[in-house]
Amino acid sequence: MTTQTTTPKTPSPATPGGATGLIGIPPHLGRALATGGGALTVVSTFLAWTWTSAFPGDLTVYGYPGGLQVLALIGGALTALLGLASYGVKGLRWLAPAGADPAVKFAALATLATTWYTVIAISAQLGGVVNLEPGGYLAAAATLIAFLGALALPFRHPDPDPFDPDSTSWERFRHTTAQRWGTVRAAFAPGTPRPAPTLPSWAEILVIVAVLGVALTVFTYGIGTEYDELFVGFLITAGLGFAALHRSGLIAQVTEITARHQNITICGAFVAAACFPFTQTDDQYATLGVYILIFATVALGLNIVVGLAGLLDLGYVAFLGVGAYAASLVSGSQSSPFDVHFPFWAAVLVGAAASLVFGVLIGAPTLRLRGDYLAIVTLGFGEIFRITANNLDGTSGPDVTNGSNGIAGIPDLDILGFDFGTHHDVAGVTIGRFANYFFLMLLITAVVVLVFRRSGDSRIGRAWVAIREDETAALAMGINGFRVKLIAFAVGASLAGLAGTVQAHVTYTVTPEQYLFAGTTPPNSAFLLAAVVLGGMGTIGGPLIGAALLFLIPNKLQFLGDYQLFAFGLALVLLMRFRPEGLVPNRRRQLEFHEEADAPAVLGKTGA
Amino acid sequence: MTTDTTTQGNAPGATTPGRTVLDARGVTMRFGGLTAVRGVDLTVNSGEIVGLIGPNGAGKTTFFNCLTGLYTPTEGEVRYQGQLLPPKSFKVTAAGIARTFQNIRLFANMTVLENVLVGRHTRTKEGFWSAVLRGPGFHRAEKASRARAMELLDFVGLAAKADHLARNLPYGEQRKLEIARALASEPGLLLLDEPTAGMNPQETRATEELVFAIRDQGIAVLVIEHDMRFIFNLCDRVAVLVQGEKLVEGDSATVQGDDRVVAAYLGEPLDNDPGAAEAAEVEAAEAHAGTHAGTPADPGTPADPDPAAGQQNKETDR
Repeated sequence: MTTQTTTPKTPSPATPGGATGLIGIPPHLGRALATGGGALTVVSTFLAWTWTSAFPGDLTVYGYPGGLQVLALIGGALTALLGLASYGVKGLRWLAPAGADPAVKFAALATLATTWYTVIAISAQLGGVVNLEPGGYLAAAATLIAFLGALALPFRHPDPDPFDPDSTSWERFRHTTAQRWGTVRAAFAPGTPRPAPTLPSWAEILVIVAVLGVALTVFTYGIGTEYDELFVGFLITAGLGFAALHRSGLIAQVTEITARHQNITICGAFVAAACFPFTQTDDQYATLGVYILIFATVALGLNIVVGLAGLLDLGYVAFLGVGAYAASLVSGSQSSPFDVHFPFWAAVLVGAAASLVFGVLIGAPTLRLRGDYLAIVTLGFGEIFRITANNLDGTSGPDVTNGSNGIAGIPDLDILGFDFGTHHDVAGVTIGRFANYFFLMLLITAVVVLVFRRSGDSRIGRAWVAIREDETAALAMGINGFRVKLIAFAVGASLAGLAGTVQAHVTYTVTPEQYLFAGTTPPNSAFLLAAVVLGGMGTIGGPLIGAALLFLIPNKLQFLGDYQLFAFGLALVLLMRFRPEGLVPNRRRQLEFHEEADAPAVLGKTGA
Repeated sequence: MTTDTTTQGNAPGATTPGRTVLDARGVTMRFGGLTAVRGVDLTVNSGEIVGLIGPNGAGKTTFFNCLTGLYTPTEGEVRYQGQLLPPKSFKVTAAGIARTFQNIRLFANMTVLENVLVGRHTRTKEGFWSAVLRGPGFHRAEKASRARAMELLDFVGLAAKADHLARNLPYGEQRKLEIARALASEPGLLLLDEPTAGMNPQETRATEELVFAIRDQGIAVLVIEHDMRFIFNLCDRVAVLVQGEKLVEGDSATVQGDDRVVAAYLGEPLDNDPGAAEAAEVEAAEAHAGTHAGTPADPGTPADPDPAAGQQNKETDR
């Protein structure tokens, strides 16, 4: 048998003869312009960009950067450093293991976009460019220079494809457009990264710690952005900056290192997450943290059902509701018809068990269906839950859930004398109410991650994936499809119920309207599914990142108002077009290194 | 891979019919008004390789699906080692019948090793709690499964590619992987649905050796195939299915010499056909040749799986 081994092409750092950039500036000049422009941007952020403090953020001061200037500073510094790395400066080469040129382009683009967004926002908000100080003009010019310089960097042009002389002018136009687009894509295409150097394991762990530290800083910065402009700037810089690092090959190397120490990475991530409340001075943003964590945990539970077993569940939020209702009914709340007050551990068990029962009850009749039919039926059951909860109000039915008023006045938790309702001082830092719940929720998240990881890599997890891949073949391999799917459904349901028990206490009130199919505030079934798909199906990190983004963006961009759902839909369409595997691709995707050239197909055939 | 170069010359003689592994009696499968399989009897004994041939649309795959629980026969019964087959395909696999598919149905986004591990599903029983709690029993079972799976991959010659995605394998290796996956369920009977479809002669030859090696492990094999050279080299017994009915069953020579088989593949001469005389002559010659077709060197040309022939057959039917 012939074994074909494809060796990855070694990256060609040097300019192949005759290769030119996208625009007609000589490459060596372009490189200098890009690096210099980046450095100049850094300088400009220390100047005042506007004369009045009417624009939020402290952009009026000479001497130190403030607000959006910090983002421009980061972008400029990144451009300059990558530019220096492209010169082969010793000590910076680690920055760009896959060749610095495409990375410089992205970094320059990030800086350009952030700076120009700021400048335009200032001009538009304050009425005219006269409101800009020289620092603003300098920044705008410097970023433009850097970007133009970056565009002049050489790249491997795609082979020209001569067109058919017989074609009509429209076809010719389309042909040339496609060709130009191909050239632009090639200009930004990454090289092949060299494999990560094998460092001693303590050094690798230090790298992981540093990466987690950066991630925590970025997340904390994003969650703490105080005004719309800063958050938009943050999204632009973070998104394009991440793309730049991805193009430089740094992300690939870090992924390689974290893959070597998976358990350490996951533990480290939890430690980093636990550090989050200590970075907050008041409860304002810790609140966001708890809600994000609840949303993310439920999304991760859904990922077992959708990502592993491939069962498209459009009513998943109902299980969160069942858990929350179950916990609230036994919480000792005044509006609960049951006059009991269970300790938290018992309430958790009740919530998870109630969700489990509902999961089996809903799953047993529906899981015999496949694909679209299952999706429709689960959508129906999600609505049935909400309407039932609405009707169990004593007039339309027995008095259990208090109808649309819901169960109100759920008391704060008190575990072993630790009152979650008040703030505590830990090591000089005040831990408020939401931070308390944040830690509790983090525990639940850890349980879900543990279940996801361990069940995914086992006989039952392989059976789930097999069912998702090809149900007929899975049955022929001796897998009891119905049973295995029911287990996935029940496990997913109980994990959501687990999260629901905490959610009930965090929100004080449980009403049916919190558990819609689609709404503007997560969690709802549509957003949960979107978080899974956006983040990457079948991964742990994917739904967490997807959920954080989907929660933060509507929460921070209040000006979108009624267009939130529209923007959300548009973003989802674009993502599915350009990155169908999600933000965090599955490990299986990375195994496809042999077919690098082929565009990846959609990984999960959800439910199909 | 164990290379067993047993050829047709000595295989049938060497095999003594063991106990009956598979016993299908009067299997009939109707879809509405269409009878796809009509009263087919077939037995497979242990240590035997049985072939099932027939023109396109003869009902071979339907019959296969009846044997594997994908369909429940409308009439008749199928027994595996004396036990009536359960009506669910996963239970059939648990009972000891494994199969491959005509159009490869691997778990494309799983690795080669994982594919084989899925095949181990019925022979292991670690459930959800065992996976989450990860006791010593879990690790032991997982280790044993992996060792067995690697053994099987080694057997079919894919051990070096254990970590590749199944979809990235070349076609011939995907077929091999499907066989390894089926073997992982420790079957007593292996059903192969066109295992050499789309293969070149070298690959077909390798598959042939693989099937002999499987038979030598004591696993009975039932093969559907269009490649007559392959079938007559391989099989101790061949059954011919035409329009849902079993036409003839016997060793290679008998089947190749049977007029009805030739007619089924090539079509019957029309009455008053001007070429009838020649056709009859050719047929006679072929039938004559067929009786001597005992060696691989002369692998029975009359029933060669010419797609055109099948087509012609269909046209005559209309």
